Amino acid sequence: MSEKEKLMVVEDLQVSYGSIEAVKRISFDVYKGEVVTILGANGAGKTTTLRTISGLLKAKSGSIRYKELELTSIPAHDIVGLGISQAPEGRRVFGTLTVEENLKLGAYSKKTINTATLSWIYELFPRLKERNKQLAGTLSGGEQQMLAIGRALMSEPEMLLLDEPSLGLAPVLVKTIFETIKQIKHSGVTVLLVEQNAKAALKLADRGYVLEVGKIVAQGTSKELLESPDIQEAYLGKKK
Amino acid sequence: MDIFLQQLVNGLTIGSIYALVALGYTMVYGVLKLINFAHGDLVALSAYIGLVIMMQLIGVVSSKAVIIIAVFIFTAIIISIFGVLLERMAYRPLRKAPRLSAVVSALGASLLIENGIMLIWGPMPKIFPASIVPNINWNVGGVYISLMQLLVLVISLILMIILYFFVNQTKLGAAMRASAIDQDAARLMGINVDKIIVTTFIIGSSLGSVGGLFIGMYYRGIYFNMGWIYGLNAFVAAIIGGIGNIPGAMLGGMLLGVFNAFISGYLSSSWALALTYVLLIVIMIFRPTGILGERVAEKV
Ligand SMILES: Nc1ncnc2c1ncn2[C@@H]1O[C@H](COP(=O)(O)OP(=O)(O)O)[C@@H](O)[C@H]1O
Ligand SMILES: [Mg+2]
Repeated sequence: MSEKEKLMVVEDLQVSYGSIEAVKRISFDVYKGEVVTILGANGAGKTTTLRTISGLLKAKSGSIRYKELELTSIPAHDIVGLGISQAPEGRRVFGTLTVEENLKLGAYSKKTINTATLSWIYELFPRLKERNKQLAGTLSGGEQQMLAIGRALMSEPEMLLLDEPSLGLAPVLVKTIFETIKQIKHSGVTVLLVEQNAKAALKLADRGYVLEVGKIVAQGTSKELLESPDIQEAYLGKKK
Repeated sequence: MDIFLQQLVNGLTIGSIYALVALGYTMVYGVLKLINFAHGDLVALSAYIGLVIMMQLIGVVSSKAVIIIAVFIFTAIIISIFGVLLERMAYRPLRKAPRLSAVVSALGASLLIENGIMLIWGPMPKIFPASIVPNINWNVGGVYISLMQLLVLVISLILMIILYFFVNQTKLGAAMRASAIDQDAARLMGINVDKIIVTTFIIGSSLGSVGGLFIGMYYRGIYFNMGWIYGLNAFVAAIIGGIGNIPGAMLGGMLLGVFNAFISGYLSSSWALALTYVLLIVIMIFRPTGILGERVAEKV
């Protein structure tokens, strides 16, 4: 692992909402080509972490280094152009825009829309192609999730941030989504995956971090985490 | 029948003006969820500034067409600058403040502009020169239509078609619609939402300035507090059409203009304002979101 290039290094990151400290000096890194997952219960600070990476929240202290750049001082609208895109929690698709318009907006940071990328996304999600003239707000939850991921891929990111892509989806669809994330990884995109569905996430990821009330309490390879008795009990529903 | 058609033409003319002004309310509401109460006063200011420019040009430039075009362009630029300053000074500092603060700031800006006009140009009405648009009338099967009316109708229509195309077919237009739906999601796409907001104020102010100039050239008399009544009518038009909805503002403006013209034609113009509110209330009862407002229920 150490021979590979570090794509992102987060150090002592601290993020607060007023007096509420949501992320308490966490550190983690992501290597090029990896799928890294951040696990944790509701309110652990996962979304806060991803929003800070994308520039939507300001860090109180600490650093987020991406390649040679310090992201904490870069405005949100410039970050996607650097190669980091996000499919946010709750999908946040533009409901009164068509599927195709949503996808095209994903490539807003590009001068031109790469039709090969668009075709690839339609290949990943044939449902989106069938419904490309439909308003995004009329899609089912699973289709909206596909759209959110597809939209994030339109910027041709080096690193994709996914915030609970399986949230609220039927088990079949969860499987499809995770299957697609695997394909995205194989295409060479580095993925930082936030999940509460620990089992599915660890099966897919190379490494993982466990977040509890704003602190990282465990980390390791997916195998290590899957075999850890503490993790099994707290996140995988197994008795010690 | 003649009075019907005549009032229809008159109504569509004033309705076009309402629509142009209503677009400014609805577009700003779309991205900021804020009623820009100072918009009507910018419309009034544009009539005054346009008149100043016109008087400077008359005597220097011989072609009336050139004068009119120059007046429209320079006024639009000046009012856009005012619109951008308004956003920067009155609204941007309050972006994260409670809604009431922004409303108070909007009302304050409105009073400031209105009283500024009065201080500079005085409380008495100013009159636009009579013959800047040649007084030509056509009799089309018993219905009179003037060159001025035709200009108002055609230019408004062209501007609205351009706006509609811009918002629906261009990258910047899509970014504008996205920013109106979800600002953070728009930022994740790489959209600079602050720039989109500034662009919205520029477009809204420019359209409003055209509306203000039409008021001056069509009715000729302008007064310092006219922004209040025209602003109110346009605001009602925006609500009738569905606030935040661009085609809604166009439709609402036309509808209100025609409605007012029929009231004036068949009853009396003194009923117009009161019945405007009756129309507003009736529409709000049957369609609380306005005629074209929120057509799509968003699934969660
Ligand atoms: N906008 C907000 N204002 C105040 N507190 C917030 C806000 N968003 C999240 N929080 C708090 O920050 C903590 C972390 O939240 P979040 O990052 O959303 O967790 P997760 O994504 O892991 O469920 C929680 O205690 C939550 O209540
Ligand atoms: Mg979350």
